[in-house]
Amino acid sequence: MSLEVDILRRLGDFTLEARFATDGRLTALFGRSGAGKTTLVNLIAGLLRPERGRIVVDGRVLVDTDRGIHVPKHRRRIGYVFQESRLFPHLTVRQNLLYGRWFTPAAARREELDRVVALLGIGPFLERGPALLSGGERQRVAIGRALLASPRLLLMDEPLASLDEARKSEILPYVERLRDELQVPIVYVSHSIPEVTRLATTMVLLSHGAVAAVGQVAEIMGRVDLFPLTGRYEAGAVLEMRVAAHDERYELTTLKASVGELRVPRIAAAIGAPLRVHIRARDVVLGIAPPEGLSALNVLAGRIAELGPLDGPIVDVRVALDGESLLARVTRLTIDRLALAPGRPVFAIIKSIALDRRSLGKIQPASEKIDVDEITL
Amino acid sequence: MELPPLLNFSPAELTAIRLSLKVALLAVATSLPLGVLVAVILARGRFWGRELLDVLVHLPLILPPVVTGYVLLLLFGRNGPLGRFLADSLGIVFAFRWTGAALASAVMGFPLMVRAIRLSVEAVDRRLEDAAGTLGASPAWVFLTVTLPLVLPGIIAGAILGFARSMGEFGATITFVSNIPGETQTLPTAIYVLTQVPGGDAAALRLTVVSVLLSTAALFASEFASRRVARRVVGL
Repeated sequence: MSLEVDILRRLGDFTLEARFATDGRLTALFGRSGAGKTTLVNLIAGLLRPERGRIVVDGRVLVDTDRGIHVPKHRRRIGYVFQESRLFPHLTVRQNLLYGRWFTPAAARREELDRVVALLGIGPFLERGPALLSGGERQRVAIGRALLASPRLLLMDEPLASLDEARKSEILPYVERLRDELQVPIVYVSHSIPEVTRLATTMVLLSHGAVAAVGQVAEIMGRVDLFPLTGRYEAGAVLEMRVAAHDERYELTTLKASVGELRVPRIAAAIGAPLRVHIRARDVVLGIAPPEGLSALNVLAGRIAELGPLDGPIVDVRVALDGESLLARVTRLTIDRLALAPGRPVFAIIKSIALDRRSLGKIQPASEKIDVDEITL
Repeated sequence: MELPPLLNFSPAELTAIRLSLKVALLAVATSLPLGVLVAVILARGRFWGRELLDVLVHLPLILPPVVTGYVLLLLFGRNGPLGRFLADSLGIVFAFRWTGAALASAVMGFPLMVRAIRLSVEAVDRRLEDAAGTLGASPAWVFLTVTLPLVLPGIIAGAILGFARSMGEFGATITFVSNIPGETQTLPTAIYVLTQVPGGDAAALRLTVVSVLLSTAALFASEFASRRVARRVVGL
């Protein structure tokens, strides 16, 4: 699958001028509110018309203003999961689910009701009206409804934004399942870094109506120059690791990668399961000698690769570790005291407790079908 | 068996009741589709002349009914431009027929009907229609499967209002199609005539009671129906 976007759209004072291409399984559109994320998905879905530009999904031209092409939204076969679910109130859950399927040509139908219902765990309330569902249940039904129309591309516009933390963690595993088990590529709008680092394969960074960067999540998150956009608080590196061992006595799990080992509070994942670990820069301490007499369990050795701008009290430091990188945030005073400069060997110290379930995301090749319940972080 | 005077309807009175119901039903049935169409156009349309259409629709509400009846007579009478055309081409005659009474009722009830439906159309969450579009429904299907079901409470309310208005229509009817027993003499005109003749009081009272009962029943039916539909429309 591929998605190519090159469009210009004005809305009052705001101008969205975006150009990018992606072939990721789950592409996150990330940016602050007002960056133009929703406008962009509305253009892809056909709810808005661009002033000029082109949108191509899988080689099929949906919009090309030069050639006067504008495929109407009902012929695009692009699924859309809205922020506020938008279930039809006059239909039952089952009727909602089957609505789009009914308009899908028989030859194009990929999804079956039973499979989607099982995937999303919505069997118990098929005959209910949407008003009686909780926010999380409504969003799952909305996802199922979009899937049953067998879309070529699934747009999800901050599907978790209206939910509380508990509901969010209820839905996230289902989104991971969509990404790993179904054929349909996903464009996922979010302004939450934990969601993006957990779910996305590719990331499009939007800022003030323009694309600031496109690339792999780990790469974008690791770029010191993009910190103002990715958000200083959540900024940090993304490492892909595997579960190496469980320590039953102390209830810890060891994660392993070429960069070294990390110990985190025990997680319920099989040995060998791949995980994505988001290590926030603010949780990393740097030392120039191997630490002794310190409570932190995780120490990784590396070299300083890059220092961020030295114009404030705080400096972001990128540490190279065997091909991967880690980010640390220290004071400028520390930089001078320890004489930190590119090339200098350092030890990065990470508190195990900082790696909570929000920092860990399941990744899994499409071929392996692991039941979601097996991995509860 | 001797019936109490209140239930002892004369054949002429029964005819008036039946005719009133027939006129009101025909008026509602024929004007409802047009009412929905005009309500949607007024609620959604953005075109030059929308205000003019709005005024035109509301005209029967503010004009004296006699004036409306007279305009209908001028337009749809035997020698009126529309009346002659319809009679010659389709064989439809309104003047001094019960169909004319239905036309007068429909015109008088139309503004009320359109207002009720229009409010309902304006209340529809258009984002639901967008959602239906992304699921593959063409605009016509979106209208039939999403908009129309959600507007249903308004349509029911509009139909009942139109029906009640028809049952009570007097001025335009008597001006347009006169007051012919068995053809155009509806409940209100029959009551009016009965109050003008000596000894007509008992019959006038009987028909008044019937009129009150029918209107009340219509109101209850509308309450019941819209509550049922409203439950469905909010997704319970």
